[in-house]
Amino acid sequence: MTAELVLQIVLTVAAGLIGVGLFGALSQQSIVMVMMGLELVLNGVLLAGGAAWYFLAPELPDAQMLVVVALVVMAVEMAMGFAVTVAIYRARQVDMVDMATDLRG
Amino acid sequence: MLTDLSGWTVAAVVVLGVLSVAGGIAVFVVDSMARATFALLASFLAVAGVLLAFDLVYLAVVTALMMTIEMAIMAVFMIMFMMNPAGLMPMTMVHNARGSAVTGAVTFVVLVVGIWTVDWPIGRTERPEDSTRQLGEAIMGSHMLVMLVIGIGLFATILAGTVLATARGRYDRFGADLAAKRPDDPIPGGLPR
Repeated sequence: MTAELVLQIVLTVAAGLIGVGLFGALSQQSIVMVMMGLELVLNGVLLAGGAAWYFLAPELPDAQMLVVVALVVMAVEMAMGFAVTVAIYRARQVDMVDMATDLRG
Repeated sequence: MLTDLSGWTVAAVVVLGVLSVAGGIAVFVVDSMARATFALLASFLAVAGVLLAFDLVYLAVVTALMMTIEMAIMAVFMIMFMMNPAGLMPMTMVHNARGSAVTGAVTFVVLVVGIWTVDWPIGRTERPEDSTRQLGEAIMGSHMLVMLVIGIGLFATILAGTVLATARGRYDRFGADLAAKRPDDPIPGGLPR
């Protein structure tokens, strides 16, 4: 099997994760489920970064750094997401995105 | 150029890839919040397995450990905020499902078209003996700026998380202009500013 084919298969899987995550982030009403969708998108980025390092530029650490940054973004997203969820629930018992429409244009 | 992955490894990568996407789809299909969380965890662990196959041992272990803990915490929050933790009844809570599905599908198709039409520059490059050492030297050397920015970002997250988690701020205690002499606390005797 050629390396290019394996890379393309792995990147297709990553694209699938990104597509599913985008669907979830856009369609879910629960704030926590929206965050799960975003995590799935970042999961796809992790996979694509790992594949890019292995097949395209293993002599450079850049793709590995991208994976580290994606991991940190995941942690920050979850910490701030839950902080905002708890804060808005405490302030006005909102746990669905449709109930928080103050900034709607 | 042939890949230097063995046939078994390629097969494992494909199976884990299918598992990760299946887990991702299951997150939005199952009826129980706890099950959705663990489906997401399965997806993350499958991706960690693929990273392991690509010699990225450190990143694979970090992904697996971090996501296991993160999903354990997430399960608690899910059960706190959702009305259907055990999945005893059907549960769908979506808005604009058709538009979201179209957006997701179009994104997937655009990415796949790009992936399968680009002529990927795969050449015979030197593979480092130890990918973890390569990453460590980059973090402490040529890519230190990335880690500095990450550090500041994480510190800002800690501060912002604490501020959001605090039920009563200084404006609750000292009024909108912060001019009150004594703090308006439920139990008197709190510290002044």
